Amino acid sequence: MSEYIIEMCNITKEFPGIIANDDITLQLKKGEIHALLGENGAGKSTLMSVLFGLYQPEKGVIKKNGEVVKVRDPNDANALGIGMVHQHFKLVHNFTVLQNIVLGMETTRHGFLRMDEARKKVVSLSEQYGLRVDPDALIEDITVGMQQRVEILKMLYRDNEILIFDEPTAVLTPQEIEELMKIMKGLAAEGKSILFITHKLNEIKQVADRCTVLRKGKYIGTIDVSNVSKEEMSEMMVGRKVALKVDKTPAEPTDVIFETQGLTVINKEHGKKVVDGVSLKVRRGEIVCVAGIDGNGQTELVQAITGLIKADSGSVILNGEDVTHSTIRYKNTHGMGHIPEDRHKHGLVLDYPLAYNLVLQSYFEPEYCTHGFLKYDEIFSYGDSLIEKYDIRSGQGGKTIARSMSGGNQQKAIVAREIDRGPELLIAVQPTRGLDVGAIEYIHRQLVAERDNGKGILLVSLELDEVMSLADRILVIYEGQIVGELDPAEVTAQELGLYMAGSKRKAVSAQ
Amino acid sequence: MKGKGNFIERQGFRSALASIIAIAIGMVAGLIILLISNPAKALPGFVAIATGGLSNMKYMGQVLYYATPIIMTGLSVAFAKKTGLFNIGASGQYMMGAFAAVYVGVKFTGVPAGLHCLLAILAAAVVGAVWGSVPGILKAYCNINEVIACIMMNYIGMSTCNLCVQQLIFDRKKNQSLQPVASAILPKLGFDKIFVDGGAPSSVNAGFVIAVLLGILVWVILEKTKLGFELKACGYNRDASKYGGINDKKNILLAMVISGSLAGIGGALYYLSGAGSGIPVQEVVAAEGFNGIPVALLGMSNPIAVIFTGTFMAYLTQGGLSMQSYGFPTQIVDIMSSVIIYFSAFALFFSQTIEKLYKRSKAKRAAAAQTGKGGDGK
Repeated sequence: MSEYIIEMCNITKEFPGIIANDDITLQLKKGEIHALLGENGAGKSTLMSVLFGLYQPEKGVIKKNGEVVKVRDPNDANALGIGMVHQHFKLVHNFTVLQNIVLGMETTRHGFLRMDEARKKVVSLSEQYGLRVDPDALIEDITVGMQQRVEILKMLYRDNEILIFDEPTAVLTPQEIEELMKIMKGLAAEGKSILFITHKLNEIKQVADRCTVLRKGKYIGTIDVSNVSKEEMSEMMVGRKVALKVDKTPAEPTDVIFETQGLTVINKEHGKKVVDGVSLKVRRGEIVCVAGIDGNGQTELVQAITGLIKADSGSVILNGEDVTHSTIRYKNTHGMGHIPEDRHKHGLVLDYPLAYNLVLQSYFEPEYCTHGFLKYDEIFSYGDSLIEKYDIRSGQGGKTIARSMSGGNQQKAIVAREIDRGPELLIAVQPTRGLDVGAIEYIHRQLVAERDNGKGILLVSLELDEVMSLADRILVIYEGQIVGELDPAEVTAQELGLYMAGSKRKAVSAQ
Repeated sequence: MKGKGNFIERQGFRSALASIIAIAIGMVAGLIILLISNPAKALPGFVAIATGGLSNMKYMGQVLYYATPIIMTGLSVAFAKKTGLFNIGASGQYMMGAFAAVYVGVKFTGVPAGLHCLLAILAAAVVGAVWGSVPGILKAYCNINEVIACIMMNYIGMSTCNLCVQQLIFDRKKNQSLQPVASAILPKLGFDKIFVDGGAPSSVNAGFVIAVLLGILVWVILEKTKLGFELKACGYNRDASKYGGINDKKNILLAMVISGSLAGIGGALYYLSGAGSGIPVQEVVAAEGFNGIPVALLGMSNPIAVIFTGTFMAYLTQGGLSMQSYGFPTQIVDIMSSVIIYFSAFALFFSQTIEKLYKRSKAKRAAAAQTGKGGDGK
């Protein structure tokens, strides 16, 4: 019998215009945790879709236990024992845990459900692998970490041998990540084979045995994780040396550029305070980071500051001026920049050309507009200058429709626009979400450069690594309140995690 | 490779080609219907509808005359569409505009000729704008779907127009409104000398010229001005516009106001033609308003294209009249023109198909070239 439980040999998959997978070989040993590392667009998803039968490769074969198999569709994949936890869970929210697990393969007798047997199996599986869940809880009532366990149980319930995890840690808190790592190790120890798709090097170091690296659709190599440093791995992934740690000097903050006083937002539907009396200050020359788990009021806080929603009470002070009730246009033109959380909803008019998007807040200024007529030549030449300065890649320069650009370049366009407007306060919400190491490094550098230029930066991030490496001060938000002010030089990621989960808090000084 | 580039790669050429193919297929489908309905006269009937609008100078003039109001309602719908709104209320705005224009035309006697008709058009624009502003306000400030509000405003507009005509400017004998006095009638601009057949001039007048100029104006507003930039941004993505500091509510309202005034002017241009028709008192929502929808859609909401699609629809109307002389019932005429129009709606589909086919053949050629090169290398 072969050493490998699943092999993908010399897979080539082409799409019109690009080769998504170019002669890629991936071999998964039984009982190992095998990481698949690559930037966005490196071909990880395509490769997994081939394994799952969603795409048919032009060249190459898939082998199970050394024998060539055909995977025509996901049912074939399931029959071969391949299961997957998708990045966005596929769960029915108003069903219970148990109902979700058996969904699609219910045990029935005479057309009636027989849940008792299913329950027994689920309970024994969850004990065997240490996946504690309440089988009768509704999905909508349990945490994201719990939901992920349900997804894992779904695979185990189907007796899958090969488990694919697609960026499983993106949505978890540090404690939950820790537990997931334990669970993954436990699964491997029980003989399951795991494919772990990620671009986080720490996690690979922590759990993976081997790692296959892809870059721009090509196979770069397979390495033993224990012999290779993180720096080397990132170099394999990006193709050049990358600074993993943000290079920055200690902050030298000066006067306060921005503050909020008792800012409160009440949700119209359930009447709860989603932002609860938030008072914070940002000084020139510092990066203040609001850290927290998704859904603790960050979105509403930023929208209330920028004016996208109305605050119910409290005030917003920019450069000594109360702008609580000012229009968005006024804030835009008086020193507030905003890299929004949702680049498609707020950041870009996707059907507008790139150049138009780059003047979205300044098209009316005399440089671009006279007597109500737009000066297209100026708009496009400004667009071209930003495209060059910030290395925004697009098919047809300023004329490219924003929708057709890659996510990373869309984000770069927004960052370029907001920084180039020269705001005194830059609010950056998850500025690197979904981006790969190269682009993250770039955006981080820009933010630090702005700080060093004497601008104030208010960063909102869900990524612990980003918080720890960028922030000069950390404010932790939990259920709409600031529950702690921490110094990144002193606090550990673990402790920060406790604050974020609401199990620890301390009085916040006015500063 | 810069400059003009390949012919097929140009968007304008592709759209035009697609429209021609679409219309041709519609014509063929229409011919089949005629063959089923009356095989003996199918061919002459078909020729009549296809060429009726060109058969003599008078008919050519009539095409432009019929085109005038639907170009205006087409512009109205197209303008709203660019802003992300579906103005299905052009009929109500059109009728109210027509009433305002005729009222001014009948009652404001003694105003100098040129001024009088301008005044009537202006009144139509204002009243149309008011009619458009109601769904606009509801949409912008209460988030009420503009389609529902527009449809209701159509019925309110129809009844109000009927009531006002009956109470204020009624011609009891003809069951329609009185005729505007001569000073309010749009000038002929010499069209009555050009578009003549056997001494009988067509009804075309300065209205058509005004419609074309307004089409160009709308294009300029949408494509060249700050206002257009804001309106289109709101249409594409209201949230991002708000983020960019654009007052989305104001713009939605403004878009409906402009859209309504365009439809209102349409009503004025039709009833100030001096062709002898008054506003009829009937319980029917004006067809010119609804015809604006296909006109705008066929033109893909491009104001310049709307001038042509409006003229095309009018051409079919005129052709249909010619066809009736071969004894086809009006229903068949209507079915025929409807079939042609809805096949025309496939234009976008054909445009995409042409693009796809072209790209595929280009890719194939490129691939062939590459393997050829590879072969040379070996």
